Amino acid sequence: MTDMDQAVQKILSRHQPARHELIPILQAVQAEFGYLPKAAMQAVARFMKVSPSKIYGVATFFAQFYFTRRGKHGVKVCLGTACHVKGAARLMETFEREMGITCGCATDDYQFSLERVNCVGSCAIAPVAMIGEDVYGHLESNQVKEVLKKYAHST
Amino acid sequence: MRTALEPLRAKALKKWQEMEQGNLPVIMVGAATCGRATGALDVVSALEEKLKAMGKEAIVRQVGCVGMCYHEVLVDISAPGMPRITYGGITPDLGRDLLEDFFVRGNIRPDLAVGSTGAAHLDGIKRLAERPELNQQVKVVLRNCGHIDPSSIDDYLAHDGYLGLAKALEMTPHAIIEEVKQSGLRGRGGAGFSAGRKWESCLQVKSDQKYVICNADEGDPGAFMDRSVLEGDPHSVIEGMIIAGYAIGANKGYVYVRAEYPLAIRQLRRGIAQAKEMGLLGDNILGSGFSFELEIFPGAGAFVCGESTALVLSIEGKRGMPKPLPRPRTTEEGLWGKPTLLNNVKTFACVAQIIHHGAKWFSSIGTPKCRGTAVFALTGKINNCGLIEVPMGIQLRKIIEDIGGGVANGRTFKAVQTGGPSGGCLPSAMLDLPVDFDSLTEAGSMMGSGGMVVLDEGTCMVDIAKYFIDFTLDESCGQCIPCRVGTEQMLKVLNDICEGRGREGDIDLLVEMGEAIVAGSICGLGQSAPNPVLSTIRYFRDEYEAHIREHRCPALVCKAMIRFEIDPDKCKACMLCLKACPVGAITGAKKTPHVIDQALCTKCGVCLEVCPDRFGAVVCLSGAPK
Repeated sequence: MTDMDQAVQKILSRHQPARHELIPILQAVQAEFGYLPKAAMQAVARFMKVSPSKIYGVATFFAQFYFTRRGKHGVKVCLGTACHVKGAARLMETFEREMGITCGCATDDYQFSLERVNCVGSCAIAPVAMIGEDVYGHLESNQVKEVLKKYAHST
Repeated sequence: MRTALEPLRAKALKKWQEMEQGNLPVIMVGAATCGRATGALDVVSALEEKLKAMGKEAIVRQVGCVGMCYHEVLVDISAPGMPRITYGGITPDLGRDLLEDFFVRGNIRPDLAVGSTGAAHLDGIKRLAERPELNQQVKVVLRNCGHIDPSSIDDYLAHDGYLGLAKALEMTPHAIIEEVKQSGLRGRGGAGFSAGRKWESCLQVKSDQKYVICNADEGDPGAFMDRSVLEGDPHSVIEGMIIAGYAIGANKGYVYVRAEYPLAIRQLRRGIAQAKEMGLLGDNILGSGFSFELEIFPGAGAFVCGESTALVLSIEGKRGMPKPLPRPRTTEEGLWGKPTLLNNVKTFACVAQIIHHGAKWFSSIGTPKCRGTAVFALTGKINNCGLIEVPMGIQLRKIIEDIGGGVANGRTFKAVQTGGPSGGCLPSAMLDLPVDFDSLTEAGSMMGSGGMVVLDEGTCMVDIAKYFIDFTLDESCGQCIPCRVGTEQMLKVLNDICEGRGREGDIDLLVEMGEAIVAGSICGLGQSAPNPVLSTIRYFRDEYEAHIREHRCPALVCKAMIRFEIDPDKCKACMLCLKACPVGAITGAKKTPHVIDQALCTKCGVCLEVCPDRFGAVVCLSGAPK
């Protein structure tokens, strides 16, 4: 068994193969790997005794789940309404340009990945971006490079 | 059951009074998500270290969000024999200074203070209750937020917590439902259906098993009311849910909460464990014989799951696609086919107080048709961004001008967006509108769950409409064609208009498509998706026309219709914009005024952002580059 198999089995051992456990299982798998790897999805399908397409059907429905490997530092640019009216689209463009990737992707070295979120609820300090758990408020395009530098090649 | 609660309550009250009347100063830091985003946890550790260094003993507590997000980080000091003083904009450094000044030099720093609470007057500090942004607010749902420590059930018990539950358990389910009906409480999730009638229909269905679900899947962008309640006062929701369970005959409840709200989930989890430990949740609650279990279900992120049938399906582990009509109501056939009562966070938070204080008390607030209060997340281009709670029926103008402190940066009010992607935009002519479920719907917007985004003249209404359609298109579950294809077609037309390809007749086409989507979609998401477009056309048609006929974006937002230029007379050749331009479109040198190469310019606006205000050389002009 590979490390991944073992980790997935460990998660599955904490759950019942009941349909209502599916989303909690997928959440646990994603918490472990940062995304839902294909092998893990197949293991979940075997465990639930349904076809992988059913599992993918549920997983792809929800915005929370990713199917490709994420970067070490997840950058989330808030595109909620309050951020939108304060120039979040421009901020997103700047992140895309500085990171050299489009929204939804990870950098080649998997240091960073970039996502949009629909509201982090910090509207008073809009526009907002999050890197990992750190929240950056009142963020201007010309500060993006500096902010990203803090995380480059750090753990 | 009230006798069973009494010892718990007495102990909690004693603890609270000891803290309040004790010899130690109490320092409270607003540490909900909004506070933490501004550095509240750093302030907490700075204060604790400083106290230690000063050898000063004090109680430092983390509380929820009091609503004044614009003053974050908020620190309250309540010293013995003094009124409580609220300080705003505290950083770790300012926090250290404040403690030193306050406790060593006896300087209460009026310059940092937002206001005081209590009878005594302090020189240079206004009472909070006298401030216009606060004195029109009525706190029912948010009464404890920012005052109690949400991780302490004793704090909640000391503030009339679980009194409503204890009283309810002595009543019959019918009597409880009658009380809720009498109160006039309408569901706070957006639609405004009578809560009492919903409960009644659930009670009437005979079943061996029923469920209570709290909808905390707050998906509106620009809204964070439910999160703040769960983070600041989780027990108010737990208590309301237990009462609902008893009233309809359910023994099991779920809180369906966005996975993006980790702090809210933590507070809830702790709250549930504490309530269980005290016998307020679980088997035989307060010796009444009634048992109720509560579980948290972290939602996986789908806006459409705010719809009841979709939410239920996603708990069952399926795709959250709303069931088409005709179908039984969720109150008849919900989770696993069993009768299920689904209410919003704020609805449950009202219930315990309605039972405790009586229906009369609740119905004395608000208007005859809409009783109680409304909670809004007031954001956008407004001075006082934050969370507010106002009586139903308050004038919109009072919210914007008094409570919100007017439009930020001295700019002009243009519109206010309510109801998120399902709502609409109201122009300044509507400022005298009373804010309640019915009048907002009549005006082409809706109450929604409580997002209120203020827009100024720098916001393009076509762009806002496009933003929301883009959002609903993304969140459409895709099963019905009007919503899936219709929103995409609307977006195409809106993109054309914003990019200068708008045609005569596009506006009518948008209205026609919008009305078809409203009429033809199977769930609330589709039926309300065109609202942002329809309401902006209704009130800002001229702005659409300017885009189509004159290729002009009056708000200077749509990139195809603007250009950036540098005024050579004002340019001081400081090189700032030249270095900042990401595409190297700016030429010039020291002592040579800079010029933007329009062919290279991507109109990102960074040059305008970095050009110092005192020069003001970079300007955004109407019209595409020549």
